[in-house]
Amino acid sequence: MSREAGSRERPGAEAGERLRWQCRRGMLELDLLLESFLERDYPSLSDPEKRDFTRLLEMQDPQLHDWIMGDKSPDDPAFSPLILALRETLGQP
Amino acid sequence: MTLPRRRFDTLIIGAGGAGLNAALQLAGSGLRVAVVSKVFPTRSHTVAAQGGVNAALANVLPDTWHWHMFDTVKGSDYLGDQDAIEFMCREAIPTVYDLEHMGVPFSRLDSGKIYQRAFGGQSQDFGGPQAARTCAAADRTGHAILHALYQQNIRARTHFFDEYFAIDLLRDDEGAVLGALVLEIESGEPLLIEAKTTLIATGGCGQVFRTTSNARINTGDGMAMALRAGIPLQDMEFFQFHPTGIAGKGKLITEGVRGEGGYLINGEGERFMERYAPNARDLAGRDVVARAIVTEIMEGRGCGINKDYVLLRVDHLGEELIASRLPGIRESARIFAGIDPVLEPIPVFPTAHYSMGGIPTDRFGRVVAPAGEGAEEVVPGLYAAGECACASVHGANRLGGNSLLDILVFGRAAGKDIVEYIKENPHHRPMSEASLDQALSRLLYWAQTEKKPSGKGKAKPAKVTSVRELREEFRKVMEDHAGVFRTHKTLSEGVKLLKSIRKQLAGIHLKDHSKVFNVARIEALELENMIDVGMAIATSALGRKESRGAHSRPDFAARDDRQWMKHSLYFKEKDRLEYKPVRSKPMTVKSFPPMERTY
Repeated sequence: MSREAGSRERPGAEAGERLRWQCRRGMLELDLLLESFLERDYPSLSDPEKRDFTRLLEMQDPQLHDWIMGDKSPDDPAFSPLILALRETLGQP
Repeated sequence: MTLPRRRFDTLIIGAGGAGLNAALQLAGSGLRVAVVSKVFPTRSHTVAAQGGVNAALANVLPDTWHWHMFDTVKGSDYLGDQDAIEFMCREAIPTVYDLEHMGVPFSRLDSGKIYQRAFGGQSQDFGGPQAARTCAAADRTGHAILHALYQQNIRARTHFFDEYFAIDLLRDDEGAVLGALVLEIESGEPLLIEAKTTLIATGGCGQVFRTTSNARINTGDGMAMALRAGIPLQDMEFFQFHPTGIAGKGKLITEGVRGEGGYLINGEGERFMERYAPNARDLAGRDVVARAIVTEIMEGRGCGINKDYVLLRVDHLGEELIASRLPGIRESARIFAGIDPVLEPIPVFPTAHYSMGGIPTDRFGRVVAPAGEGAEEVVPGLYAAGECACASVHGANRLGGNSLLDILVFGRAAGKDIVEYIKENPHHRPMSEASLDQALSRLLYWAQTEKKPSGKGKAKPAKVTSVRELREEFRKVMEDHAGVFRTHKTLSEGVKLLKSIRKQLAGIHLKDHSKVFNVARIEALELENMIDVGMAIATSALGRKESRGAHSRPDFAARDDRQWMKHSLYFKEKDRLEYKPVRSKPMTVKSFPPMERTY
């Protein structure tokens, strides 16, 4: 399987695209929040936070939805600040 | 380049409830099944279905499949095919029991039986008292079903191609479908999947409208593939809109908000529903409220800088009532609109929710299209099920609780019919290299650095330069010209604009030509699909000169059974329309003649 970076201009663009596709979900609500977060908040995360976000994307849709809507809290404390940021991402000016 | 090839008995495109239920029937029969999905299967849009599944189990109130059938025929505004509706309502009962045996955690009564809740449009005794017909697994029925089906398929060794995007169907000279060309998103490499039978189960297409409750993945891929293979789409003018989506976002705000006393105001602060529905006001039917909102905006009485939404007020209800009766609404408004509804009204606009139309099938899930003398000739080897298909059980409007039912019943029916088809047609047909070349050319098209005009006519110089920009322009045109408010003027202008957008797409080229995880290329392919489907919707809506179910034309305000009791068929070639009769004869019972639809 070819894994060359092709004609991509930016380094790391491939990982970014992969992440962008992982933000495609079964629920519009998650699409909206994850897409906005990825664009405006993700670039300023630290490397460990970025890894936590990648892990967060592996969760099931209804679980993510419950956490974001505040119906339940994530067991993993590393997810809490990310969930908080997701809740805020669209409300920002 | 040698194209890798794989062979299966059946190829299923789409891994939502319809695709996975079909796959399960097949894998259980020992057939080799491939399921292709552009996202991980449990991220299919079925996961978002909260409502439930209708089945006349009579666990809470008396019920029969025949009453369920009556409600569905009436809900369809008499455009549904009554044989398919009878079949669906009968099959609903074993389908729900099947799910129960699969481990779907349905909510229960104290007696241990499945709990059933009442939904709008459900009646006992053919239009009598309210029925209770909807089985639900709390508020996550879709997720519970999808999860159970996925686990069962893993156990049954269904072969999943996750994150593969289907490019086009392959057909031979006799019209038989031979499989599909697909693209592995990760590697960017094409793969030919040859199959004796192919099932399209790609779900809906709500993303064609700017404001939609549908997930990003709902781009009508399977519908567009059918169009490109020469198969028409049926009844595409019938699209269900929910009146209150969060403006600019699409997230649905439940009707319950108005039920609890919330009301709509325009830019002048007026409670405008009083003018449109003096008695029911904000609680009028979905279509009435949706049309009133759009009319206010079109006449310049919208809110905000662009005057492109109205406001839903709940602040007068008080914080306590909002917290106790409308939990979730406050959070939703905060998260998605950045406002607190206790203090400020919520900006809303009608949101596109469900496509009644789709790929025409019979009640066995077989795709049927006009050929020779017949209006419904089976396309050999091709099946469709779920929101992308049109069986047609929803006709001009769908009842709540019938969409999960549709995907499960017809997914299963298609699976069963495929087993029989393969018994009679046990061999792969030879691949059509011409058809394959055509499918590959679609892929190569987006690999070009500079676009050359292709096909007939020159590509217009692009006004917009990116797929994203053109997508947003396209979705706005669909919303403004083929959405809730439809007249000859809006629709004919819309069709013209869509033709121009179709030409503009041919002038755009992608900057990113890498193969690996090239999302921009997938989005270009999706936009092509959306434009094909959008054209089907607008053209069919322009053609239907009556108002029926979800399709409303102020310039033809009445339902016209004499001229329009027929299904529309849109063909991509020359944007042509044909019509075929409604199947008003059920399988075993008497048919329900059209009556005025009042609730």
